[in-house]
Amino acid sequence: MAEEQVVFERPKTLTTKPTHYCPGCAHGIVHRLVAESIDELGKGGDAVGVAPVGCSVLAYDYFSCDMIEAAHGRAPSVATAVKRVHPENLVFSYQGDGDLASIGMAETVHAATRGENITVIFYNNAIYGMTGGQMAPTTLPNQVTQTSPYGRNTKEAGYPVRVCELLATLDGVAYAERVTIDKPASVRKAKKAIKKAFEYQMEGRGYTIVEIVGTCPTNWGMTPKDAIGWLEENMLPYYPLGVYRDCVEEGFETAAEAALARAKDVPIVTGGVA
Amino acid sequence: MGEKVLMKGNEALAAAAVRAGCRFYFGYPITPQTELAAYMSKIMPKVGGTFLQAESEISAINMLYGAAAAGARAMTSSSSPGVSLKGEGISYMAGADLPGVIVNVERGGPGLGSIQPSQQDYWQATRAMGHGDFFQIVYAPNTVQEMADMIFTAFEKADEYLTPVMILADGLLGQMMEPVELPDEIGELPEKPWATTGTKGKREHNIANSLYLQSNELEAKLLERAKRYEIILDKEQQSEGFMLDDAEIVLVAFGASSRIARSAVVKAREEGIKVGLLRPITLWPFPAKALEATMGTAKAYLSVEMNMGQMVDDVRLVVGKDVPVEHFGRTGGIIPTPDEVLEAIRTLNAKVGE
Repeated sequence: MAEEQVVFERPKTLTTKPTHYCPGCAHGIVHRLVAESIDELGKGGDAVGVAPVGCSVLAYDYFSCDMIEAAHGRAPSVATAVKRVHPENLVFSYQGDGDLASIGMAETVHAATRGENITVIFYNNAIYGMTGGQMAPTTLPNQVTQTSPYGRNTKEAGYPVRVCELLATLDGVAYAERVTIDKPASVRKAKKAIKKAFEYQMEGRGYTIVEIVGTCPTNWGMTPKDAIGWLEENMLPYYPLGVYRDCVEEGFETAAEAALARAKDVPIVTGGVA
Repeated sequence: MGEKVLMKGNEALAAAAVRAGCRFYFGYPITPQTELAAYMSKIMPKVGGTFLQAESEISAINMLYGAAAAGARAMTSSSSPGVSLKGEGISYMAGADLPGVIVNVERGGPGLGSIQPSQQDYWQATRAMGHGDFFQIVYAPNTVQEMADMIFTAFEKADEYLTPVMILADGLLGQMMEPVELPDEIGELPEKPWATTGTKGKREHNIANSLYLQSNELEAKLLERAKRYEIILDKEQQSEGFMLDDAEIVLVAFGASSRIARSAVVKAREEGIKVGLLRPITLWPFPAKALEATMGTAKAYLSVEMNMGQMVDDVRLVVGKDVPVEHFGRTGGIIPTPDEVLEAIRTLNAKVGE
């Protein structure tokens, strides 16, 4: 009899608790990618996650590392302090679009510009899922939601926020990439991005964020398969995939080095305090 | 204890906090607590600590939440309008049973109010700090020395009862200078096995959380916390009595207004009025036992506050309706004079004296 070989198993950083996510929701995939990455880096015992308010509010029950449940939008501030207290830990926040780009936009931008050595996992599905499908800061123009029943009218509700593009302008950001989970190849790419973000954090390079463009079949009112199609047709052209910031690719060890180079003609920056 | 130094109240709070083992300070600029943050920004880098000026009061209190969850002794400070913004985070701290210290150097309100001293946040501090059923321990110092001593105690009690603790001061106490003997640097800090420090592969995961989707679980949690509140109510009441033994008129005053009330009591005694002062040191728990003890001689109570009458509610709750309980106060940033309080004592004495 051939020797038994384990070829696939639950990541150690996931608990055995069944998730509450709807059929076709990609939060489960992203949780798995986060957990696999932590396992592969051997950081399960040093990881501390911060869960948001929103669909992934119960993430603290699904990740087996230490977890903190934050107030709505405040995960970056909580993660900031956790990392400051224990710099050797791998600290991540896990946030949705309403949490990160609406009520928590100030916390998001300032954690990024401070160059906090944390990783933000951002699930963008263009809708508030937990509360039943309201318009989000990333809801597309003309997209129908509970609170944009005639479609998002940009004259009234303005335009969606492209988070990676916005954050990439900030000096504290070491790495910002937008990925998706529409097919296995995309999922593998998403995994690589998440793992890279964690590696950058542990190497002390600066703030890292991975935006995952995902679906919400329930609140989009579609089958999971149709939701993937809608994502590819509408979300991906509006939120182009790719790397928006990578300080190492730009030739710098850290976001701080890149920031210094950018301000090389500013005496106060290069000379320090007189 | 070391030598006496001359310090502002705000600075004494900061210096003593560091000696209590606080190594993480999160704040946002606001008058009149400015010196506290400025002091922290100077000292924290020297003691291996963190001073972080947050982008908002909301962010600062959530940093305190995070640092507390991670097991550190941490604090934030602000003044009235900023403390309102912190209400959300304080509620979450209470809900997650996280210890931390919040300083409110009060100014006039509501809204932007004024930048002068007030005691208009008594209700907020003692019963309405945020949503949900919760309390925080509230200390009300009235000297710079007490600012130093009480923030030290605040960290101890926060860790002991796993609760946010507030120092309720005001612009007068924060800004004035007095000699102070700072407490000795604390030795060992308490173990925090519940903290989210990383499992290190040695235990089940810790979770800092205030969410209970099953209402029976939430109710059970609230009842468990209420038992802790009962212990606090029983063990932690603090107050100071002055000339109370035969007092027919009992003034009740805390913080800055208690200093003024005390001067008025001395003057009124010179006029032969049997008056004394009960000074609550803890506002929650309110020193009900000490106040009850004055009821044998008291014919009337006068709550002296720098507001429109807030603590007077607590005085009435304790002494009931059979004895007159009046309020004297100036508000909006006005500090009453001893003579104004004396006049209020005379008026009350004329009403209830023989």
